[in-house]
Amino acid sequence: MADIKVAAYICKGCGLGERLDTDALVKTAQKDGKVPLAKSHEFLCNADGVAMIKNDIANEGVTHIMIGACSRRAKTEAFHFPEHAVARANLREGVVWIRPDTEEARETTQEMAEDYIRMGCAEVKAMTAPAGNLNTGGSKTLLVVGGGVTGMTTAIEASKTGYPVVLVEKSGALGGWAGKLYKRTPVHEPYKSPADTGVADLVSQVQADSNIKVYLNATIAKTDGAPGRFVVDVATESGATHTEDIGAIVQATGFTLYDMNKLPELGGGKSPNVVDQAGLEALAAAAAEGDGVIRRPSDGQPVKSVVFVQCAGQRDTTGQHLSYCSGFCCNASIKQAMYFKDTNPAVDTTIIYTDLRTPGNGEDFYRSAQEKGVIFTKGKVAEVLPTGNTSTVKFNDLILGDTDAAMVDVDLVVLATGQVANSGINIDALAATAEEEGAVEVKPISILNLTYRQGKDVPQLKQGFTDSHFICFPYETRRTGIYTAGPVRRPMDIAQAREDATGAALKAIQALENAELGRAAHPRSGDLSFPKVRLEGCTQCKRCTVECPFGAIDEDEKRFPVFNESRCRRCGTCMGACPVRVISFENYSVNTVGAQIKAVDIPDEFSEKPRILILACENDAYPALDMAGMNRIEYSAYVRTIPVRCLGSVNTIWITDALNAGYDGVMLMGCKSGDEYQCHFVKGSELGRTRLSKIDDTLKTLNLESERVRDLEVAITDIERLPEMINKYAAELVAVGPSPFKGF
Amino acid sequence: MSANTAVAEKYRNNFLKEIEEQVEMGDWVKMCMQCGVCSGSCPTNFQSAWEHPPQELFMMIRAGKREEVLTSSSMWNCTSCYNCIVRCPRKLPITHIMHGIAEYAHRLGMAPKMQPTRFFSGLFWKNCTHTGRVNELKLSMGLYFKDGFVQGIKNGMAMQSVALGLVKAKRLNVMELFGGHKCKDQKGVHAMLKKAYEIERSRKTAKMAG
Repeated sequence: MADIKVAAYICKGCGLGERLDTDALVKTAQKDGKVPLAKSHEFLCNADGVAMIKNDIANEGVTHIMIGACSRRAKTEAFHFPEHAVARANLREGVVWIRPDTEEARETTQEMAEDYIRMGCAEVKAMTAPAGNLNTGGSKTLLVVGGGVTGMTTAIEASKTGYPVVLVEKSGALGGWAGKLYKRTPVHEPYKSPADTGVADLVSQVQADSNIKVYLNATIAKTDGAPGRFVVDVATESGATHTEDIGAIVQATGFTLYDMNKLPELGGGKSPNVVDQAGLEALAAAAAEGDGVIRRPSDGQPVKSVVFVQCAGQRDTTGQHLSYCSGFCCNASIKQAMYFKDTNPAVDTTIIYTDLRTPGNGEDFYRSAQEKGVIFTKGKVAEVLPTGNTSTVKFNDLILGDTDAAMVDVDLVVLATGQVANSGINIDALAATAEEEGAVEVKPISILNLTYRQGKDVPQLKQGFTDSHFICFPYETRRTGIYTAGPVRRPMDIAQAREDATGAALKAIQALENAELGRAAHPRSGDLSFPKVRLEGCTQCKRCTVECPFGAIDEDEKRFPVFNESRCRRCGTCMGACPVRVISFENYSVNTVGAQIKAVDIPDEFSEKPRILILACENDAYPALDMAGMNRIEYSAYVRTIPVRCLGSVNTIWITDALNAGYDGVMLMGCKSGDEYQCHFVKGSELGRTRLSKIDDTLKTLNLESERVRDLEVAITDIERLPEMINKYAAELVAVGPSPFKGF
Repeated sequence: MSANTAVAEKYRNNFLKEIEEQVEMGDWVKMCMQCGVCSGSCPTNFQSAWEHPPQELFMMIRAGKREEVLTSSSMWNCTSCYNCIVRCPRKLPITHIMHGIAEYAHRLGMAPKMQPTRFFSGLFWKNCTHTGRVNELKLSMGLYFKDGFVQGIKNGMAMQSVALGLVKAKRLNVMELFGGHKCKDQKGVHAMLKKAYEIERSRKTAKMAG
């Protein structure tokens, strides 16, 4: 830190020169920012401006650069100095674009700009250019867990891209669920008849590929390490363990059909003539071996009438069964009804549905089934009563309003039960059971057997499906370098699973390449910074190891945190959580933000110029504010905005510091949390909010009103709402009155 | 054995198949996907004239509710506005199917006897085929007296001023009640119709015999 030289550059372009007194800003940088070199430029982001900065770096020994121009989100290519610490003062989107161009507004606008210059200078001094993580590994091998359609597709796609693959399959054969199907829903024109599954072709492709190493009858005994340097123990049937060096992992462990024995009212388990969809596939496959006639399991007589019960144990509102729609079963039942109709049109086939959902080109397939004479009845099946060799299906006919409708003498009943994810241990439920014993049903077998401190498997969101950022990063789990694809992630059919598999393969390749370079995966893609801990100050409170949304932090024997940088997504939640503030990033730390907070000039209580600190999430809230600027939506000149990596990275000391320094209010802007979260770091905003919910105590000890801290849930689309909220809050604070801490 | 029991015996419980084979455009019934756009589009439905809207009739056919469908007055209420055909996402010729079912019910003798549309259709056909021309006076009077003599007088009295106005304007000739005007070759028309009946009868009998 000894030989840093800071330079401040102030741009006059984009109207900054006309609206602001840039000479005064240069003076502010020199006087308050205490930078030895401060310059202004007519058009800083053009070749001449950038050359000026580069020249200063080369000839003046500038190491730290403060650019007072546009938002840090703009002109990132022009102002790209990876070897140097760079701070940006947002004079354009953050100041002139959100302020009216009037004489009376000039003073407050100038004050705003000057504060941002002070903040930028203070921030850059507290930063160092990130050197990159050295604790990397260079394994390029992809581990695929699961040898079904998803797993095989992932393996083939990755291999074609030039990456070796290790494929681990629990059973003795490749193929998974699709391998057990007689035929599949068609995916090509004219979408009229069941098609070949294509599994045999996939299996032969995998087997012929020398780049793919297949372990059958094998499970993962242990997964250790981090992206780029996973060490995976594969346990085979013989008891032998093979150790593989792995770069990234794709978990394609698929699903199990919901157990129809849990549906006794629908005849599940009561008669061999009531089967689930898998049962019918087996019957159809057996029939295809023989004379093609599907026979009744109880006595081997040809099936003359068959009823398909849709949503069996699905879309359940009673809380007993699956609450979701598995999405594939309507098409599957249509396909299975065609098994009958295609061999003998005289077989009565009825599909009883409540809502027929045929995604993809299923609409054509549905129509084809109608043309073939499959009867579709809209109703809710109440009861299936097997007696002897036939069954009676009682249902509520929803079109005819007949609550006691029934189909009698049905030879075969097929229950469309849904998909249950094979996602291993629910590590959050485990934590819950520790508190309230035995309350949650836990699937006993772990899939990945991670040695992570936070648990053996990837976290789940709802219904046992693995957690992933549904909108932005569907394949990403909450374990960096481990991707889930296929029905383990959400219910889906073969076509969707293959698409998923391809996406996950590419994401996994990206992850292992990034890991080798010591760079972050999304959403801070390419970020070279990583958390550094000053262990001598650590109190072993374990907050960081518990809170890390990505399980990046383990504990050593002495219970100190061990950071696995390659697993880290750089959200800074650990930094926000740390009560003793020993965790920091080179370019983002308690100091870089703290210094900015302290750099703001707080006018005295008689000036009637309040100061509001905004800590805005850089993923959604800060871009929304920038866009408000682009749309020239005006808001209060009294706010000072500091972008944070995530609400989770907000350390309460910042708020205490701000209030102590005389700020009148603090606004926190983070993404939506909870089950429907939009947080780019999944749990970050939730953890941040939990932490900040205790801020009231701090306010009380400071003898301050609770209105002084405001938490705001923000989406990137809140471009118009956000300025409104800011102005509203500024008005509220006037009513509350100035902070009593001003002037100390 | 009546025609009805004969066909019912033939198709036993497969009413859908019966409709497909016997009713004009009946093979479209299976293609309905129960979206209900037809019911929502039907102008008569605003007066709740329909006991069963089209999509419900189709579902009843699939559910084998033979008696209820064929004795229903619903399909007789169709005004042939073609809204449903235009809007049906599955391109079902609903109007034609409605008329097809109505005609089939009539053929089996199961259609409601005094259903106004059916009654009027019969009246109109008899009226115009008799002389080869429509006798409007007899047609409207026939309709007035549909529900008995007293009701007929009441209907006539209610329409009195209209009738007198028409007479004054020479739009209505009272003398039409006695014979009325005819087409030139009345015999030819009758012969032509007779042949047409024959052709149709033989076709339908063959169809019903299957």
